[in-house]
Amino acid sequence: MPTMLEVTGLNHRYGKGDGAHVAVRELSFSVDAGELACIVGPSGCGKSTLLRCIAGLIPPTGGSVRLHGDEVSGVPDDLAVVFQDYSRSLFPWLTVARNVEFPLRWRKLSKQERAERAQEALDAVGLSGVGKKFPWQLSGGMQQRVSIARALASKPALLIMDEPFASVDAQTRFELEDLLRRVQREQQSTILLVTHDIDESVYLGDRVLVLSKSPATIVADLAVDLPAERDQIATRESAKFVTLRGEVARLLQTGPAAPATTEEASDEVTAAADAAEWAATEEEAAETGGATKEARH
Amino acid sequence: MRSLYRNLAGLIGFFLIWEGAVRVGLVPELFVPPPSEVLSTTAQLLGQEPFIRDVIATVLAWAIALGISIAIAVPAGLLLGSIAWLRTATRAIVEFLRPIPSVALIPLVLLVVGGGPEAKITLAVYAAVWPILFNTIYALAEIDPVLMDTARACGTSRARMLTSVALPHAAPFVFTGIRMSAAIALILVVSTEYVAGASSGLGNFILEASSGGTNMDQVLAGTVVAGVIGYLINDGLERVGRRMFRWNEAVGEAAK
Ligand SMILES: Nc1ncnc2c1ncn2[C@@H]1O[C@H](COP(=O)(O)OP(=O)(O)OP(=O)(O)O)[C@@H](O)[C@H]1O
Ligand SMILES: [Mg+2]
Repeated sequence: MPTMLEVTGLNHRYGKGDGAHVAVRELSFSVDAGELACIVGPSGCGKSTLLRCIAGLIPPTGGSVRLHGDEVSGVPDDLAVVFQDYSRSLFPWLTVARNVEFPLRWRKLSKQERAERAQEALDAVGLSGVGKKFPWQLSGGMQQRVSIARALASKPALLIMDEPFASVDAQTRFELEDLLRRVQREQQSTILLVTHDIDESVYLGDRVLVLSKSPATIVADLAVDLPAERDQIATRESAKFVTLRGEVARLLQTGPAAPATTEEASDEVTAAADAAEWAATEEEAAETGGATKEARH
Repeated sequence: MRSLYRNLAGLIGFFLIWEGAVRVGLVPELFVPPPSEVLSTTAQLLGQEPFIRDVIATVLAWAIALGISIAIAVPAGLLLGSIAWLRTATRAIVEFLRPIPSVALIPLVLLVVGGGPEAKITLAVYAAVWPILFNTIYALAEIDPVLMDTARACGTSRARMLTSVALPHAAPFVFTGIRMSAAIALILVVSTEYVAGASSGLGNFILEASSGGTNMDQVLAGTVVAGVIGYLINDGLERVGRRMFRWNEAVGEAAK
């Protein structure tokens, strides 16, 4: 599979001088076309910042993002974002159908094509009959489906999702997770999804990228070798799932243990106090030590 | 519908108390005629051409004033609301001009634009621009950043942001400002007619009727008509607003 997204040496720092806060440090990874990659990291570690840089919503202070080979500066045309806060990301003055059509507004499509694409997208998320309603007439889970439909309607090369299911109840969450995996396989979409839920990252992903505490760096890059067909109960009970989620949990808690260390992990220094346990730290500190100290003070 | 009856109940109650107070002799009938008399005078007046002319003059001046206020305040509000340095630069002058009562400007306005209808329109505009201006600025400041990010992530350019996100979002706020301004403009038009002795209009009618001191039924009839016009304007705008911004009311209710 060709590479869809390539993030190289990404840095993001908020503010300047003494008050500066490094949210993302020297982050590199890539996502192949057709892959569903999950990023899991502790709260406040810089996940949203990372996604915003990738989406071109904010310019990173260092490094580069490439989408199918093109350098990202500003929001690319063929990219879609789904935010956690569905109630704040749907346009309240537009009907559901108009919301879904929104990203098509600026494209050279006839009115009918636009309506058809919106309808298709709504069908795909199981909301065929609600096009004429307004978002606030729908339940939370339905509203998030509308956001997903809107993202699908634009047929993006890359779909970015920032904790998309964090604000819905558990039952709806399971439904939406299965919906997302089904749609992703049907449409061969490439998805990068951020979550702070370990189980969700393993259940959804073809791959899980584990981030360190702030500033975000990649601690591990795990392939999820679960079968493509997943089941909320059976998959979560399977030995493989349990092992994987244990591994992710351990990585999140303590940083990478020596044998599990991947290439990505070795080129980073975590800000965590337990960094000392990590053998590779010493060599790295020599290189980036100056920067680390500045960032911490 | 039920609220309509309730509103009417209040009004009828008010008239009954008024009627009673006059009949019992609580207020002198010479100065405050009972509503039965005022209402019959009103009905008579409404059949007379000069009075209708006055009403039309007032309503026309009001409409022109409100139109000009909207044409000035909405673009100015959009500009100030979206350009931070401009907002900062104009804050002092705005805060200086805003509290000046329009009535205090009457001599100046009479000198500059003369005593015709321009005077009352100018003063009404002066008073009516503020609510629209401030509501527009406020609306732009209130746009949810998540919504802006969503629009940007959908490939909306900066220029289109104004028309496809900022304007629809601001519209109900601006409309509320317009409703407030509509009432203010009417007050200003009628009072300028009264104070500055215009040649026509409801305020002028009231002034002339009151000059003898014996035509209080006519004075009060003019006042009742002014009140009715104000009520109809507000009620009409409220209906239009409810129809146009159904989504906003629902969102507001959900947020409560
Ligand atoms: N606009 C900003 N200006 C300054 N600092 C910011 C800004 N946005 C985020 N930060 C800081 O950057 C760090 C990372 O924030 P970010 O929102 O990316 O984290 P996150 O991993 O998405 O958190 P969460 O799990 O709560 O969603 C936080 O410490 C936050 O305080
Ligand atoms: Mg976040």
